[in-house]
Amino acid sequence: MEIKKGIAVSPGISIAESLIIDSEDYRIPRRSISPSQRMLEIQRVRNAFGDAINELTRLESAQDQAESGKIKDIFAVHLRFLHDRSLRKKITDLIQSDMVTAEYAVSTVLREIASHFANVQDSYISERAADIYDIERRLLKQLLGKKREDVEHLKKEVVIVARELSPTQTAGFDRKYVKGIASDAGGRTSHAAIVARSLGIPAVVALEDLTEYTSGGDTVIVDGNRGIIIVNPDEQTIRQYEDYSKEFAELEHRLDAIRQKPAVTRDGTEITLLGNIEFPDEAEIVLERGGAGIGLYRTEFLYLNTESEPTEQDHYEAYEKTVHVFEDKPVVIRTLDLGADKYTQSKRFVPEPNPFLGLRSIRFCLQNLTMFKKQLRAILRVSVLGQVKIMFPLITNRQELMQAKMILHDVMEDLDEESIPYNRDIQVGIMIETPSAALTAYSLAHDVDFFSIGTNDLTQYTLAVDRSNELVSTLYSPADPAVLRLIRNVIQDAHKARLDLSVCGEMASEPEHIMLLLGLGIRTISIASPMIPEIKQVIRSVTIENCNKVARKVLGMDSERQISTYLRNAAREIIPEAF
Amino acid sequence: MQAEEDTLEKDTYEVELEIKNSEGLHMRPAMMFVDAANRFESEINVSNGDTNVNGKSIMQISMLAATCGTKLKVTARGPDAREAVAALQKLVEEKHFDEPKPKKK
Repeated sequence: MEIKKGIAVSPGISIAESLIIDSEDYRIPRRSISPSQRMLEIQRVRNAFGDAINELTRLESAQDQAESGKIKDIFAVHLRFLHDRSLRKKITDLIQSDMVTAEYAVSTVLREIASHFANVQDSYISERAADIYDIERRLLKQLLGKKREDVEHLKKEVVIVARELSPTQTAGFDRKYVKGIASDAGGRTSHAAIVARSLGIPAVVALEDLTEYTSGGDTVIVDGNRGIIIVNPDEQTIRQYEDYSKEFAELEHRLDAIRQKPAVTRDGTEITLLGNIEFPDEAEIVLERGGAGIGLYRTEFLYLNTESEPTEQDHYEAYEKTVHVFEDKPVVIRTLDLGADKYTQSKRFVPEPNPFLGLRSIRFCLQNLTMFKKQLRAILRVSVLGQVKIMFPLITNRQELMQAKMILHDVMEDLDEESIPYNRDIQVGIMIETPSAALTAYSLAHDVDFFSIGTNDLTQYTLAVDRSNELVSTLYSPADPAVLRLIRNVIQDAHKARLDLSVCGEMASEPEHIMLLLGLGIRTISIASPMIPEIKQVIRSVTIENCNKVARKVLGMDSERQISTYLRNAAREIIPEAF
Repeated sequence: MQAEEDTLEKDTYEVELEIKNSEGLHMRPAMMFVDAANRFESEINVSNGDTNVNGKSIMQISMLAATCGTKLKVTARGPDAREAVAALQKLVEEKHFDEPKPKKK
């Protein structure tokens, strides 16, 4: 039994066999198989060779002989290697003798050959190591590609264990059989996390080396409430978790009953509960869970899903699908918020030394106007289909906001010239997620229709803490007095300017923070869809009078620990079952 | 030499070849070498003095990492051993691998 602690990113408990998805971009960990599995793994190697040969033969014949003789030669050499029986034998022998997976055997044997070449003094020969790595990747791609297909055609329940999951991989998951996700890498806002939350699958990320401790078929417990993964649990642990899982399911079931009831406090104040989404398909889920619209439509998936930049039509179709689901209910589309993520950085010519303080989000858009305008055009075009709003992320000063608005205006003029209809009065808002925006909210308020407080970035930038960095993550808390002061400031300025205001950060999906937010004056909350019933339950259990008291009390406290303890106790008194 | 014991039953031919093209026995020449070797029925072994490898395996041949000036002993054993050795000698020492690549088998 192996217990690993990571970050809980999507609640729930699941117990199932593991299905491991390795990545050809990382070293393949050594994993043992049972003697009876050897034939299966050897067959997988044979199939991978066969498929790689077919793929290469196709590529080779597609090359124009006259122009690309060199490339054709390279393919021809690679083909000779794939046909080489002694190479294949070396790999299958390793599976026989060491009882390892096909992936590990392929990777080990080819890397051994590559390092043999790399160590030769002659540069003509040492450079050939690159050819061998290429062959390794081609074979792994076949082996792993088959595995990924398997994920789309599952026949039994599994927990997916991976180094890291890309949006394309997660999009193909069969919800019926994927019961949990556990990954080595990732943080609360990584794609695996967001997708798991939206599908309502328990998930734990940042487990560092879980893929090295797990073999395919091992029983794995995913505890998405406490951020724990247990590999090959003993009988007693399984029983304990089965009970725990039952309790959790009962709570979920009770929450089902309130899905269609309004989000109203006991003393009659209506709260607007919206959903945060990533993919268009999630819109339906928000509706099912009782959300009254979309408060945050992240649009990064359009860029992360494909190799090339999305077209205006790609944007339009994705938005249209969502707006269609909500008709007259609000859909707030946030413009592209890429830049500091690993994906964009890896594509940069020179990675930025400090990406979170670098060219990200609205800054990135303002320097890539063609791309930015494409997205704005698509948003404006769908604005005639429903109640669409535009939201600019990471605004730090008024000038940036004015620039963004000016570009929006340019795009409107273009549409006018082409007589393409759009909603001229479309609401434009900004995320308040930097201390500078929070401190100057009074002035930003003049030029927008709404604010949405992004508590994740606001907390990170205020406290100077990266919460995915485990060395300092305990310092990260939206309940820190510094963050709360900024939030209060934004709320007061928004009220003075009679501006719509919402909170769309993770803080709003944590039950212990709801009373505080309501007490501070928040009336609109946007959260991940699986949390909607639970947060609605909290709202329906409190009175504004009580919330106001909690907020007053908290604002008088000067330590994060004191505040967190107080909030947890206050919430536990009112809704004990949520804790 | 092991092979010589079998000489009575099978023909064994041996030749020492020097790699003369400047890039050595890198990928493309290695491919030409094994393609040539594979056209014969005979077993073909190649040795650089330290290592003895199968002349029909591109992995093994290329791992000899023979650079320009390396001397290789080629031993063929089988019905067409004489022709095999002659063909390989021609490829390495006369053509220097500069011919267009042989037709794929």
